[in-house]
Amino acid sequence: MSAAAAKPVLYSYFRSSCSWRVRIALALKGISYDLVPVNLIKDGGQQFSAEFKALNPMQQVPALKIDGITLSQSLAIINYLEETHPNPRLLPQDPKKRAQVRMIADHIASGIQPLQNLNVLKQMGEKKMEWAQNCIMSGFQALEQILQHTAGRYCVGDEVSMADLCLVPQVANAERFKVDMGPYPTITRINKALLELEAFKTSHPSRQPDTPAELRA
Amino acid sequence: MRDSDATCMPKSGTVTFRKEPSPPNIALPLEFLKCLLPMHSFPYIQYLVLPAYNPLSFSPQPVLYSYFRSSCSWRVRIALALKGISYDLVPVNLIKDGGQQFSAEFKALNPMQQVPALKIDGITLSQSLAIINYLEETHPNPRLLPQDPKKRAQVRMIADHIASGIQPLQNLNVLKQMGEKKMEWAQNCIMSGFQALEQILQHTAGRYCVGDEVSMADLCLVPQVANAERFKVDMGPYPTITRINKALLELEAFKTSHPSRQPDTPAELRA
Repeated sequence: MSAAAAKPVLYSYFRSSCSWRVRIALALKGISYDLVPVNLIKDGGQQFSAEFKALNPMQQVPALKIDGITLSQSLAIINYLEETHPNPRLLPQDPKKRAQVRMIADHIASGIQPLQNLNVLKQMGEKKMEWAQNCIMSGFQALEQILQHTAGRYCVGDEVSMADLCLVPQVANAERFKVDMGPYPTITRINKALLELEAFKTSHPSRQPDTPAELRA
Repeated sequence: MRDSDATCMPKSGTVTFRKEPSPPNIALPLEFLKCLLPMHSFPYIQYLVLPAYNPLSFSPQPVLYSYFRSSCSWRVRIALALKGISYDLVPVNLIKDGGQQFSAEFKALNPMQQVPALKIDGITLSQSLAIINYLEETHPNPRLLPQDPKKRAQVRMIADHIASGIQPLQNLNVLKQMGEKKMEWAQNCIMSGFQALEQILQHTAGRYCVGDEVSMADLCLVPQVANAERFKVDMGPYPTITRINKALLELEAFKTSHPSRQPDTPAELRA
């Protein structure tokens, strides 16, 4: 079987927000794939195994084997899926709206999530929870303002975009870190609307092959 | 280190924010006038030319909010230089006045309270890669993304690895939390990121990060190497990164956009 014909393989952790973004994209675009769980906690973190490092030197999830190559970085993966499976689209046609989608996605993917990622939190010791909350609150405060200008039913207008794929997992992180969502009504409304969509449900952390029994939906 | 590209803990404070340039007077460019009027009758028409104006739209040129040493701002400056896009630069000092990015004025412009921000075509964009992608789509030459989707994905993977996986972790607000461990933390973030990048480049690099054409990956690489040098990271283990960085720094766009040559570069750091 040629590499091009094999199903894509997604290396994912049920609760990784970055992995969830890619799972949503694959679901929205109707792309079947095999999921290989990588447990970020067990065995000192399976992402650090020599095997996984050979696959992805960045030692992170998600990683996607597709069309004979291996990609990492959730938005790089999603952009590749967008270009090779253009329907339904995850980027508006208008360049300015596209830029707004990317701005919001990058704000979450570079400006919020990495700062409350596991490796950073490990360094924070007792201040871990407070640090994570501050990162998220600060990021969401800015995002709430930006959404005043861009949002329709979803983050940018009325079509689901890459920004929405980043939003939902980040809100889930916020809830895990017990961030009060009261100050962010637009984020809350959009998150709720997105969670009603099938792709956001099937890709949910509570419904993955590696979801622990006690967290399973 | 006292640099800041992002904030996790915004401070309030009153800062004066440098006024951006007021819109120039409306004037028709020389070439257009030449068609209408004989030059010998109006020799001073040339002094009405304002290079800032696009004669067709009369729209002002883009305005970039930038800090000389901000690696994220540098990425955008490189892109603008490569694409030959003139712009006005408004410096935002991330240290002075408690950080000018925290002023109410700047927050109104960019709620994320970060540089770079770019006012262009009637909108304001932040997030360096979102800006660069917009420039790529509206000014496609020279291209900063390969035509092949797989190579394009590799460019984005490398750019995102730097822009999400390395730079935010060694940004000012994170470092402030590290106290004495600051230098060690910054070095570890960069070393860990560069170790992975060095391996990836084995598969993707030609003259530059991906093949032989300058791409968005290269725009992220050079400023990150500059950060590594500032944090005294030993570049010995990263020969490919070093080689590519050196090759890129020979290009005009990477030189004119360099932190040592900006309007807000302090005298002692000026090239």
